[in-house]
Order: sequence, then structure tokens, then C-alpha cells
Amino acid sequence: MAEYLVLIYEDEKGYETADAATNKQVMDAHMKFGEKHGAVLKGGHALESTSTATSIRKGASGELNVTDGPFSETKEGLGGFYVIEAPDLDAALAIAKDVPAFFGGVEVRPIRVFD
Amino acid sequence: MAADPAVARAVADAHRTEWAFVLAATVRITADLDLAEECAQGAFTRALVAWEPDDIPARPGAWLTTTARHLALDQLRRQTVLRRHLPLLVEDEAAPTFVWGKAHAIEDDRLRLIFTCCHPSLSIATQVGLTLRFVCGLTTKEVARAFLVSESTMAARLTRAKKKITQARIPYRTPPLDELGQRVTAVLEAVHLVFTTGHASPVGEELVRDDLVEQALLLARMLRDLLPEDAEVAGLLALLVLTDARRVARLVDGRLVLLADQDRSAWDRGAIAEGTSLAEVALTGAPHGTYALMAAIASIHDNASSWASTDFAAIVGHYDTLLRAWPSPVVALNRAVAIGFADGAAAGLRALEPLALEPLLASYPYFPAARADFCRKVGDLDSARLFYEEALTLTSNEVERAHLEKQLATLGA
Repeated sequence: MAEYLVLIYEDEKGYETADAATNKQVMDAHMKFGEKHGAVLKGGHALESTSTATSIRKGASGELNVTDGPFSETKEGLGGFYVIEAPDLDAALAIAKDVPAFFGGVEVRPIRVFD
Repeated sequence: MAADPAVARAVADAHRTEWAFVLAATVRITADLDLAEECAQGAFTRALVAWEPDDIPARPGAWLTTTARHLALDQLRRQTVLRRHLPLLVEDEAAPTFVWGKAHAIEDDRLRLIFTCCHPSLSIATQVGLTLRFVCGLTTKEVARAFLVSESTMAARLTRAKKKITQARIPYRTPPLDELGQRVTAVLEAVHLVFTTGHASPVGEELVRDDLVEQALLLARMLRDLLPEDAEVAGLLALLVLTDARRVARLVDGRLVLLADQDRSAWDRGAIAEGTSLAEVALTGAPHGTYALMAAIASIHDNASSWASTDFAAIVGHYDTLLRAWPSPVVALNRAVAIGFADGAAAGLRALEPLALEPLLASYPYFPAARADFCRKVGDLDSARLFYEEALTLTSNEVERAHLEKQLATLGA
């Protein structure tokens, strides 16, 4: 068994303009995903929007600079994640295809194991 | 001591036909492409010494596989401790045996290897690289040449790909039935790309790279053996065979000869017969696949006794279907060209006109070249000259450039 991180990238404008019915639809979809894949779900969270993000970068002389905004500015922002357990990439992709991402898509990354 | 020439020949033959089989069977034991590759190479080296000219194994593949697997087991025993720390190719022995249609149970290791190399989580260029290296047994240097990159660049790319296979745990198995169609499509795309790269080498002085064409044909034949009931696999093989049947006539003294002007008596009749019957098999699939349709078009050309007597109306019909299944600008371009031959150059120009807005064709030399040909035919020599010149700026293939310059010269000053 291996673990994979499923990163949900979506266009945040979608949520800014979404009505109550759409929001409910999104919530329901995530609930449904949780029920269907509960057995292999190791964790996951929704994140506040990228406008709430703060980044810390190392400056030229090693000082730590705190700045407003996500680490990299992209059209689709990281909005949440799941950690899933799967025997191989194909199984992980099959689960990740069920992850709701109404205004974007997901990225699947194997979690590194140190031994 | 140098190997006996007869033995060396037998080993070279076996390398061509059995490499994928030996490697794929060895990966089953090692669960690691690198080690399997090393052991497979070791087996071929041993064969050079072990085989006797008058006693070459009747089934060289079996001999080589057994030897490679023994080498692998030796290595594994020696490295047990070390290997615990290496990531493994996932092999799912418990997965139910793959069943095709009703009766055919397919469990060929080569198929597993191909599906691993052509996994959709790898880029198409990487898929092709891995396939040439591991399924076809090309050296890293040869694969690098196919992609026109340096050997070190290709070595780094293959290493990265192997790392991804192990670290992301891309499974070593044939995909489940519900994903099979999509996965076969990815494999066919990779094989087709090997062929087209060889057939119209984008850069350099050689228009055709025979080595790549041969590898693509071998791969397509292997797939046809492994997936005999897949209509698109039959379609791809048909397309390659029918296109390659014209290879000898396509280049004369290093010059590109257009289909219209080729010496049809030089075409390979055996290949045309084989390709035509494969195309018929491919067309039994419903709906018609893209390769089946392209093969059907190639088969009309190959079976026509002359360019003038070619059934262009039927070709346009196939392009119409193809365009619906695969709305690509290049297909639209080919359809428009076919219309020009079915209904005259003026109709061809009208069909080409709307494609001028297609950004994907803006850097495609065949588009202005087609417009130039039709302009010349309707007597608009000024436009023809401009379009030939545009095409010339867009191609870097020397043979195609020479062809375009010749066309330009026929227009006069």
C-alpha cells in the first residue's frame, strides 16, 4: 500500500460567484466522495481562499521575508486536499477521478516514504 | 574469443524478435526495469558464448528468458538487503486474469510492458522513448537519435521516467477492461508517432528514417498478435503497412515523389494485399475508428491503378467520417485536398479557404503547399508563388525544401 496526496486546484472565481444551490451541490459531492471512499481516506481538508495565504521566502542574506499571497500565483488555486491510500497509481487515479473539482481539476502525488 | 558468425547472426535475430519478450518476462521477477534490463542484456551476451553454430536453441526466446531470469535471481539473492530499500514496480498477482471478449485470455508479459511504458501519466514523448528503449530494445543512443536530442539528455529523460514508474507505482499489468479502450488508444498513438517520425523525419537530410519505420511496424505487428480482436489495432497495422508499401517509390535519388507521380509498379503488392485485408477487418469495428478510416483511405490509394483513376469521392466520404470522429485541422486539410481532386482545383481552394483562420495550421508547411498546388492549377500563378514561398519558410526538411523549390521553379519568373 502507498499513500497519495490529491491536490484540488480550482478557479476561485467559481466559488465567489456560486449561488447557494451550487455550494450545496459541492458540499454534497464531497460528502458523497467521503462515504464512497471512506475506507481509503487518510485525511483531507478544504482551505480558505488563496487571498488568505501568507508566504515566507528566504531573502538574499538568509533573512525570512513574509509576504501576502500564495507561493505561486496561478489561475487555479490550491483549494483543498485529500490523502488516500492505494496499492498503485492506477487505483489512486481511479479514486482521484471521483474527487469533486467543479471549477478545476486535481493533481495526484505519491507521498514519499523514508525507511 | 569472437563469436562464430552463425551464432552472432542468430543472437542478433533473437535480439530483434525476442528482446521485448525476454525483458518483459524478467521484469516479472525483478519488479524493477533497470535490473531486468541488465539481466536481459546479460542473457544475450551469454548466448554469444554458449550457443554452438550447429546447436542453436530451437526456441531462443525460451533459452534467453530462462538465462535472464537465472541472472536476475542470482542478483536478487545477492542484493536482498539492498533491495529492501529500492522502490518496486507494483505487480498485482492477485488481479483476475485479463479476458478479452469471450474467449481470449491474454497474459503476455510484453503487453504488460507496453502498457507500463505507455501509461497516460507519462508524457507522450516519454512513452515513445520508453517503448523504443524497453519494448524495441533500442540503445539509449538510438532513442536519442530518434528524438534528435543528445544521448545524455535522453539518458536523463529515461532515468526520470523509470523513477516515476517506481516512485508513483505505475503498475506492471494490463489495464482492467473498463479502461482498456482508452489505454490501447494511448499505446497506438505512441506507435503511430514512432512511424510518422520515421516516415517524415522533421529535420535533416533524410526524409525517411527506415529504422523507426521498421520499429513501428514490429510494434504494430506485436500488438496485433497480442490484441487480435481489437479493430483499431488492426486499423493501425493496416495504415502502417499500406503507407509503407509505397516507401520505395516515395523517394527517388533522394528526392520526394508525390503520390500522384509515383511509379506504382514499384509498390509492394504483398504489403498492399495484407494491408487491404487488415483494413477490411478494421472497418468491421463500430463506430469506425480513426486508424481504420485512415487505413481505408490509404487502401483506396494503394489499390488504384493510377492517380487519375483514384476514387476521390470515396476518399472524401471517409474524410467526412474521420473529421466527425477526430475534428483536427490536419484532417480538415487533407479532406479539403481530397475535395480538390474529386471536384476540381477551384473546389479544393474553396474548401481550403476557411482553414486559413486555423492557428494550428499557421506553421504547417503542407497547408500553403496545398494552396499553392491548386492556385497553380487554376492559373493563379502569383498566389501559387507566394504560397510556395510561405511553405518553404516553414519546412526544415531538406528533401521537402528541394521539392518545393522545384515547384516554384516551374512557375517561371
